[in-house]
Amino acid sequence: MNAAFPLMGNSGGAASTASSRSRVGTEGSTSPAPVTSPLRMKVTKINFYYGKNHALHNVSLDVATNRVTALIGPSGCGKSTLLRTLNRMHETLRHTRLEGEIALDGENIQSLDVTKLRRLVGMVFQKPNPFPKSIYENVAYGLRINGYQGRLDDAVEKSLRRAALWDEVKDKLHKSAYALSGGQQQRLCIARALAVDPEVLLLDEPCSALDPVNTAKIEELLFELKPSCTLVIVTHNMQQAARVSDSTAFMLNGDLIEFSPTGQMFTTPSDPRTEAYITGRFG
Amino acid sequence: MSARLIWRKTLNVTMLSLTGLCALLTVSVLFSILGYLIWNGGKDLSWNFFTRLPAPVGEAGGGMANAIVGSLKLLLLAALFGVPIGLLGGVYLAEFGGRTVSFLVRYTADLLNGVPSIVIGIFAYALVVMPMHHFSTLAGGFALGIMVIPTVLRNTESFLRDVPSPLREGSFALGANKWKMVATVVLPAASRGILTGALLALARVAGETAPLLFTAFGNRYWSPGWMQPTSSLPVIIYTYATGPYEDWHRQAWAAGLVLLGLVLVTNILVRTFLSRGTSFERS
Repeated sequence: MNAAFPLMGNSGGAASTASSRSRVGTEGSTSPAPVTSPLRMKVTKINFYYGKNHALHNVSLDVATNRVTALIGPSGCGKSTLLRTLNRMHETLRHTRLEGEIALDGENIQSLDVTKLRRLVGMVFQKPNPFPKSIYENVAYGLRINGYQGRLDDAVEKSLRRAALWDEVKDKLHKSAYALSGGQQQRLCIARALAVDPEVLLLDEPCSALDPVNTAKIEELLFELKPSCTLVIVTHNMQQAARVSDSTAFMLNGDLIEFSPTGQMFTTPSDPRTEAYITGRFG
Repeated sequence: MSARLIWRKTLNVTMLSLTGLCALLTVSVLFSILGYLIWNGGKDLSWNFFTRLPAPVGEAGGGMANAIVGSLKLLLLAALFGVPIGLLGGVYLAEFGGRTVSFLVRYTADLLNGVPSIVIGIFAYALVVMPMHHFSTLAGGFALGIMVIPTVLRNTESFLRDVPSPLREGSFALGANKWKMVATVVLPAASRGILTGALLALARVAGETAPLLFTAFGNRYWSPGWMQPTSSLPVIIYTYATGPYEDWHRQAWAAGLVLLGLVLVTNILVRTFLSRGTSFERS
């Protein structure tokens, strides 16, 4: 954690090392913790409503530190909704209601300031959504609005390198972000999210608007980010979940059906509905 | 050919010609006004017209420098007074307002837009002229400013609403609060449209006569500062055109040409340089 970033530095122990503040979620866990790694986020029996529509039923999920957790399931099963509750993005929509507890490093995210939570838990969206600004300003955006004190140039370069985009854009940093291809735009959005040094990165079908070559680049990028960042990815693509994730959650109609290590999920699923879905019998 | 077919073809040709004719009429109205003004006023335009004060009756020469400067000063005040209120009100409508309040504000703005300009003149007279006991540039600028507000407000609102919501989400996801999101992403993305609308609204009120008759009044001489009555192009056109002297009539034509020229040039420049395309990608 960058000490020159005071907004993040002294906030709830965020400056201490990851392992010292993560607690292992064993007590009262309703879902099996499939990977023996400290927990970064813990979702406990949440229910979510869009108006009267009950979108998530009693969902619990453990998100292991510096691992990739994939959420799969047919359209409308609630996987994106679950993802959006993790950084309280659902609050930007009217008439939504969340019950139950979600913890980040053991602290209830409802008690965190929402702007601080979203710095710690970043998000990348389905369609690349760079701002109508230059490449540089896109990456610097999160730093600027959060009052970053260090050298912006260095931070921008570091983030672009982490997103494997630096070599492609270093000569045109001040050109419009819209001049980039779709795949580059998506990596720019990842760089933008990484710039504020999040602990968790949420990816909502990040490759669904991309071709296979760019999809492969993003997947490769996820592997490179894993040692430094906890990733949660929603995907429609089961092969992608199998390739990139350590554990996978299968959701159906707002229920979390099964949550297992990815290898086990795709070879010996324990629930017949999971098996039906991954063998392509529906969805 | 059956009679029915002939009838259909005739109807088709007739309606096509009729609609085309009406479209042509619309275009020709502007060009005939412009041509008529150039024909009648062009020969009286000289360098003196822009630099001299009006000559006493019966004396040749003289210009309308004070009216041109007066009009510009009035528009400046109108912009300073009306644009910020319309702009911020529009931001409220598009970004913050609840359904009921927004409806009321929008409805009121539309009503205000329909208030006859002479009534707005009386209002400014009662509110500014009466307490100060004399006509002034300030009062005229106030009246024009009121007329600018509803146009700027509605225009700002519609351009802000056009900004795609993924851009807003992208900003929220980086920890921006609502105002920061609006100020750093939505307003810059919509700035071209907003500026275009504001300039067009000002160009529109540049020709208003009624609200100036008993606010800015008129002045044969220069009007120093903001507290004196001032001459303006529309009012001087009104005075000169209805006056008894042949000289005055010719000068009124020339002033009309200058006013129309100012408005047309603003319109064309704004439309060419500002409103071309949007600054964000449309999906």
